[in-house]
Amino acid sequence: MLWIVHQAFPTSGEIPLKLELRGITKRFGDLVANDHIDITVEPGEVHALLGENGAGKSTLMNQLYGLLQPDEGQIVVNDEPQVFRSPRDAIASGIGMVHQHFMLVPVFTVAENIALGAEETRGGPLGWLDRRRARRDVIETSKKFGLPVDPDALIEDLPVGAQQRVEIVKALTRDVDLLILDEPTAVLTPQETDELLAVMRSLTEMGKSIVFITHKLKEVKKIADRITVVRRGKIVGTASPDTSEDELAALMVGRAVSLEVAKGPADPGRAVLQVSGLVVDDDRGIRAVDGVDLEVRAGEVLGIAGVQGNGQTELVEAVMGLREVRAGTVELDGEGLAGMSTKKILRSGVGYVPEDRSHDGVVKEFSVAENLVLDMYDREPFGNAFRLDVAKVAGNAKERVEQFDIRTQSAASAVGTLSGGNQQKVVIAREMSRPLRLFIASQPTRGVDVGSIEFIHGQIIHERDQGTAVLVVSSELDEVVGLADRIAVMYRGRILAVVSPDTPREEIGLLMAGITGGNEEKK
Amino acid sequence: MTAEATKETREKEPVEREAFLNVFLRNLWSSNSVTITVLSIVLAVIIGAVLIVVSDSTVLEKFTYFTARPADALDASWTLISSAYSDLLKGALGDPEAFNAWFSGTGTWQDAFAPLSETLTYAAPLVFTGLSVSLAFRGGLFNIGAQGQAVLGCIAAGVAGFTFGLPIVLNLLVALIAGALGGALWGFLPGLLKARTGAHEVITTIMLNYTAGLFLAWLVIQKGIQQPGRTDAISKVVADSAQLPSFGGVLRVNLGIVLAVLVTAGVAWLLNRSAFGFELRAVGANPHAAKTAGISVAKTYTLLMAVAGGLAGLGGATQVLGTAYALTPSVAGNIGFDGLLVALLGRNRPWGTLLAALLFGVLRAGGNRMQSFTGISLELVNVLQALIVIFIAAPALVKAIFQLRAARTTAKG
Repeated sequence: MLWIVHQAFPTSGEIPLKLELRGITKRFGDLVANDHIDITVEPGEVHALLGENGAGKSTLMNQLYGLLQPDEGQIVVNDEPQVFRSPRDAIASGIGMVHQHFMLVPVFTVAENIALGAEETRGGPLGWLDRRRARRDVIETSKKFGLPVDPDALIEDLPVGAQQRVEIVKALTRDVDLLILDEPTAVLTPQETDELLAVMRSLTEMGKSIVFITHKLKEVKKIADRITVVRRGKIVGTASPDTSEDELAALMVGRAVSLEVAKGPADPGRAVLQVSGLVVDDDRGIRAVDGVDLEVRAGEVLGIAGVQGNGQTELVEAVMGLREVRAGTVELDGEGLAGMSTKKILRSGVGYVPEDRSHDGVVKEFSVAENLVLDMYDREPFGNAFRLDVAKVAGNAKERVEQFDIRTQSAASAVGTLSGGNQQKVVIAREMSRPLRLFIASQPTRGVDVGSIEFIHGQIIHERDQGTAVLVVSSELDEVVGLADRIAVMYRGRILAVVSPDTPREEIGLLMAGITGGNEEKK
Repeated sequence: MTAEATKETREKEPVEREAFLNVFLRNLWSSNSVTITVLSIVLAVIIGAVLIVVSDSTVLEKFTYFTARPADALDASWTLISSAYSDLLKGALGDPEAFNAWFSGTGTWQDAFAPLSETLTYAAPLVFTGLSVSLAFRGGLFNIGAQGQAVLGCIAAGVAGFTFGLPIVLNLLVALIAGALGGALWGFLPGLLKARTGAHEVITTIMLNYTAGLFLAWLVIQKGIQQPGRTDAISKVVADSAQLPSFGGVLRVNLGIVLAVLVTAGVAWLLNRSAFGFELRAVGANPHAAKTAGISVAKTYTLLMAVAGGLAGLGGATQVLGTAYALTPSVAGNIGFDGLLVALLGRNRPWGTLLAALLFGVLRAGGNRMQSFTGISLELVNVLQALIVIFIAAPALVKAIFQLRAARTTAKG
């Protein structure tokens, strides 16, 4: 599925936009979120803003988009200083933004969403909504920029990648010349990411400029014309796309970071988890896992690779007792898990890191200490069926915060105030701080900064080396290849093949797309 | 976070007393919830004052020649407002004259404390229903059914009170437990429906409110329940041994308020120090994460609604065993619905709820005196209650009116 790019379309009549940020400073209390930031975005370039979570990238862009006002400094558009009091002002100056979390109404159609906020009416401001014109505008813009969207589809029926396209079209219909994309690839599959990068390329060819916020090094190298690296609210360097990933990571984190997972050879023992003939349905009652057999041995990491939405989520949830098993068996050291409560499964020595951290992993309003005992609160030493030992819970938190390097003001702070990486460390610390037979991690480093990724990967390998059976599910192929001792590729609810991590990437990539053949090693 | 920040300041810089005070005052005036609550009450009192003036025709008349003699209108308004509110306070907390009379021997101490007694009497059932709503809310459930649960509590406590004829202490204990169980049953049903079928608790509890009210109205005219020799809808009187002990005479205040304080402490412990409290707070804040961590959401909902119902049932029981002594169709008054407002005003925290219930008691008790002395309708009290709640529900409005600094925000980026 490739984008149709209409390069032939005339770009005349559009004034290219040059943006300068001069000495932008933003403080929140004592914290300096942006410290005298100077950036120039030339017309027609992709300018990447690279930095860890919490480095101040989003704060900077929110000022550029009029959501926040800078304490000091100037925003200069085409050599004229501007003051943006609201996104309306920013859009009027030709600046549009696509947020990390989409701002779309799920029950509206694509055309309605795009018209929202700039509705055309017939017969004065209180007249009828001009739906026909809204539809026409959408079709026109989508043709002009080669962004195919169906104006009549409901947002809730669209996959995430298509929703993002709608957001981009929405920005483009406002006639913007500079587009801010805030972590646009965080929610996308590898294919959707490639498609997005192609769109970005074609937009710049038409004279639009793009500010691309991310912490993913590969994408930056692929698409950016210039790279500005931000750390702790300051610009720590600019780089060209030729800079190596290691160098960029070091700039971003402030120290040398190893992007490879350091690990020795595995020493697999008995089969701990045995799944056979597993059949599971998704929330809509559609078959998601369709006869999966797999086995995870003590002291090895089995990685499940696959494009998201091929049944990985349902497979793991069924193992954890969170989803009904339709057919087949799940056994932990020979003991059947099907029908057991999640609490019992967790307590029989299974650690579980869910894929959606903020939805399933942590209670954001709870303190770090409370989150660290979320599944052990009614067990010695933290309490019993009636009582909670607050002192023990706090003591445990102190230990874990140190051991897992959780960066928080205090163990009593709400988890919601922590960065994504540190929230994930809370989940990992919780699940790893009891004797385990099996450790299951879904997307263990999604939305986590480079420094924390290194740490989390190290912890997973450490758990393996202690003889725990480890199951890692990730839609990032790099991660699976780096961590796993064996890789199971999942496609449409089935395991297509189990391969060694030395298998060429292209081959695994083909398997992920459902194309079998070649020399697969059946297990 | 505010408390922590100030504590830190104190620990780090014991010398700079002034700095600490500044931090404290600044935090006080920033838009934290306590400030908003207090300011909401202030705003409601101000608007109430306007209403008092507007609804008095003699004072209003003076405003017709306001430009000629403004002092007339302002004087009259001030006199009316101040007498209204001072009557409110006298009726709720105590009249200095009554205390003087007591000290000089011309009055009794009972008369001096009668207003306070009324306040506590009105507050006691509201503490229970308020706690019922608060607790359920912390677990993510809207318990609109406190009214029905309180009615069931009235029925169970009342019937137990005049049926069993048990010895002293035991009779009261049994009646109270019956009340709690009656309410618990009325909470358990919507809890179970929610857990098993996903039926929304707002709908089911509202429906059960009607069911409970109509059941009570039917029950009090049944043989064996209705008071012998009466043709109107009133039940037998609960046995003396099942009544909550009180001082008697004008002092209606009874053991109910003591129970209310104890139960508040119990609920505070339950929320923060018990395994069930941890479960219900986890389920209330993020049911998905709670489920993933092995907490049974269905079980928590069911148990929580039963406990919340039990609390409201106790509220009904204190009403019957403490003040009404017999069942009538309106014996529960409005305590369940007022409990909703009390919980909102108390920010769903146990001790906050207790304070809010006391404030409502003050308004009720004082309103009676205001009506008979200043001639201002008791409805004004309802208006005040409603205004307080409206302002609390719209913190942005209060912030705008008082130009509050925004509360300390943390950076995101």
